[in-house]
Amino acid sequence: MADTPWWASENVWRKWAIWITAFMAVVLIFLTFDTVAKITAGGERVPGYDVINKRIFYTFNPDRNMQEPVIGGDAPLFGKMMSAAEAEELVNLGKLTVQAKNCMNCHTLLGNGAYYAPDLTKAWLDPAWGAESVREQLMVSFLMDPTTNARTYGTGRRMPQLGITEDEAKGVVAFLKWMSSIDTNGFPKGFTPIRQEESS
Amino acid sequence: MSIAALDSANLNAGQKVAVKYFTVAMVLFLAQCLFGMLAGLQYLQPDFLYNVLDFNVNRMVHINAMVVWMLFGFIGSVYWLVEDESGTELVGAKLANLNFWILTLAVTVVVLVYLFVQTGPGTKETIWFINEGREYIEAPRWADFGIVVCVLIFFYNVAATFMKGKWSGISGVLVLDLVALAGLYLAGMFYTTNISMDQHWWWWVIHLWVEATWEVLVGCIMAWGLMKTLGARRKIVTTWLYIEVALMFGSGILGLGHHYFWIGTPEYWFTIGGFFSALEPIPLVAMVVHAVYDSGTHNFRNSNHPALAWLIAHAFGNFFGAGVWGFMHTLPQINLYTHGTQWTASHGHLAFFGAYATIIIAMIYIAVQKWRGDVWMSGDLADKGWKWKWSLGLLNVGVIGMTVALLISGYEQSFVERALEGSTWGGYFSAQTQPWFVQGMHWRMLFGWVTTAGVVLLLWDLATIGKTETRRAIDPTATPATT
Repeated sequence: MADTPWWASENVWRKWAIWITAFMAVVLIFLTFDTVAKITAGGERVPGYDVINKRIFYTFNPDRNMQEPVIGGDAPLFGKMMSAAEAEELVNLGKLTVQAKNCMNCHTLLGNGAYYAPDLTKAWLDPAWGAESVREQLMVSFLMDPTTNARTYGTGRRMPQLGITEDEAKGVVAFLKWMSSIDTNGFPKGFTPIRQEESS
Repeated sequence: MSIAALDSANLNAGQKVAVKYFTVAMVLFLAQCLFGMLAGLQYLQPDFLYNVLDFNVNRMVHINAMVVWMLFGFIGSVYWLVEDESGTELVGAKLANLNFWILTLAVTVVVLVYLFVQTGPGTKETIWFINEGREYIEAPRWADFGIVVCVLIFFYNVAATFMKGKWSGISGVLVLDLVALAGLYLAGMFYTTNISMDQHWWWWVIHLWVEATWEVLVGCIMAWGLMKTLGARRKIVTTWLYIEVALMFGSGILGLGHHYFWIGTPEYWFTIGGFFSALEPIPLVAMVVHAVYDSGTHNFRNSNHPALAWLIAHAFGNFFGAGVWGFMHTLPQINLYTHGTQWTASHGHLAFFGAYATIIIAMIYIAVQKWRGDVWMSGDLADKGWKWKWSLGLLNVGVIGMTVALLISGYEQSFVERALEGSTWGGYFSAQTQPWFVQGMHWRMLFGWVTTAGVVLLLWDLATIGKTETRRAIDPTATPATT
C-alpha cells in the first residue's frame, strides 16, 4: 500500500515504540539513582534508625504547605539510649515481624496495604495512645494480646492473636517510631498528632 | 478430528499445555471469589472466623489467587498461540508439561501454608518459608526462586519456538515484553529494613507489571484474538499494537511516579507521576477504538461470539477500570485524600477484572472451541447461548456493582477520615462506622454474590458449550470486510 500516510505506517510506529520505550526507561533509571540516594536511611527524607532515641513530633511547615516530622531532643525508647547498630537491629526485628505477621493485609503502611484496619504510617504519633509517657507500654501490651486489649471504636473489628513475643512487640514499636519520622509529603492529610506539649 | 467432544487430538502441543494452565486458572478464579467473599463478610461480621481464618489471610489468598490465575491465564494464552504464530512446533513440549506440574504443585504448597501456617516469628526464615508479608507478592522466597525458574523455562520455550519458526510483529513485542516482565519480578526479591526503600522497589514489580508489561501482553493477545475471531488483517492489528506499546510505555513507565507521592520519595514525583499517569488512559482509549472499529468493519461477523463479547468487554473494562477509575485519583491533589482508602479497592476490582480477567476468559472460549474440534460458536446456539450470555452479564454487573459500592464507601472515608477528622485512628474508625460506609460494604457483599454466581455459571458454560453442536465454526477470514 504505497499510499499509506506516514502516521498509519507500521514501520513508523515500530520505531516510535522502540525509541519512546528506551527513552522513558533511561529517564526512569536516572531518577531512580537520585531517589534511592534520597530515601536511604540516614538521608535527607528518611532518618537513620537511631532516630528512635529522639523525640519525634509533627508540625505544619507553611513554606511547603504541609506537615513534616521534626526531630527533637533525647527521648530514648523503653528508657534506653541505643547505639546506631542496636537501634537498627531493633527496627529490623520490627520490620521482620511486620512482614512475618502479614500486617499489610489488614493495615496500610505509608498508605499501601489493605483497608480493614487503620494506617500505621503515623501510628507512633496517634492520639489514640493518650499520652506520650504511657504509649510505649500500651503499644507493647496491645500487640502481645490484641484480643483482651481490643478497642474497636464501634466496628467490632479486633486484631487477631498473632503470637507476638515481647521482643518482637518492642521491635514493632521501634519500627513504628522510626517510620513516623519519614517525610511523607504531608500524608496522611491534616494528621492531628498526640498532644505534644512537652516538645513545643 | 472429532467434533463436539473435548478431544486433545484437536490441539497442538502448545495448546495441550495451554488448556492445563487455563483449567487451573479457572479453579483459582473461583477461589479468588470465595476468599473475597469471606473477607467481604468480615467487614459486616468481624467475629466471623476470628482467630481461625482472619481477614489478613482471606485477603491475602483473595489477591494472590488473582495474581496467580492471571499469570496462568497469560502463560496459557501464550502457549495457545505460539505454534500458530510461529508456524512451527513447540520446541519443548515435555519440558512445558513438567514445568506446568511443578508450578501448580508450588502454588498448592504456598496456598496450603498460607491457610494452615498463616504467620511465623519475626525472622528471615518466615519470609523464606511461610509468608513474605508484602502485598501481592506474599509468596515466600523459596517460591520466588521457583517462579523465576519456571518463568525462564517458559520464556525459553516461547523464544526458542519463535526462533525456530518465524517472527512477527506480535511475537517480537511479546518476547521482549516477557523479558521485561520476568526481569521486573527480581525487583521484589530482597529484604530491607527500610520501608521506603522496600515500597520503592515493590512498586517496580506491582506497577511495572500491572500498568506496563501486563498491558502490553494483553495488547499482543488482543491483536492475535481479533485476527482469530474477526479475521482482522495482520497489518492493521500489528500497527495498532505498536501504537499501543508507544503510548503504554510512553505514559506507564514514568507513570510509576504516581506511587511515589507519599512513601518518603522526593517531591519531584508529584509533577512527573501526576503528569505521566494522567496520560495512561490514552492507550486504553486506542484499544477501545481499535477493537470496536475492527469489529465494525467486519460487521461483527465472527467465529466465536462469547470470545468476541469478552474481547469487547476487555476493551471497555480496561478503559473504564484501569483508565477512568485510575485517572480519577491519580493526581496528587486528589490522591492525598484518597490514597489508602476504599477508593483503591474500587479501582482495583474494576481494573483487574476489566483489563485482565476479561481477555483471559476470551482466550479460554477460543481454546474450548478448538478443543471441541472447531465447533460452531457463533449465533443461534443450541440453548440460545444463555449460559455465556448470563455469565457475561452477571460478572460485569457484579464487578461494576462492587466497584460503585466501594467507591461510595471510599468517598465517605476520604471525606470523613481525611478531610474532617485529621487522619487519626479515631478518624479512621469514625469513617468506618458511618452508615454510608457500612451500606457500601453491604452492597459490595450483594454484588460479590452476583459475581460469584457469574463465575459458577461461566465454569459450567466453559465445560459444556458446544457439547451438542454438529456444525463447524465459520472461517472469519473468508468474510469480505466492508472497507
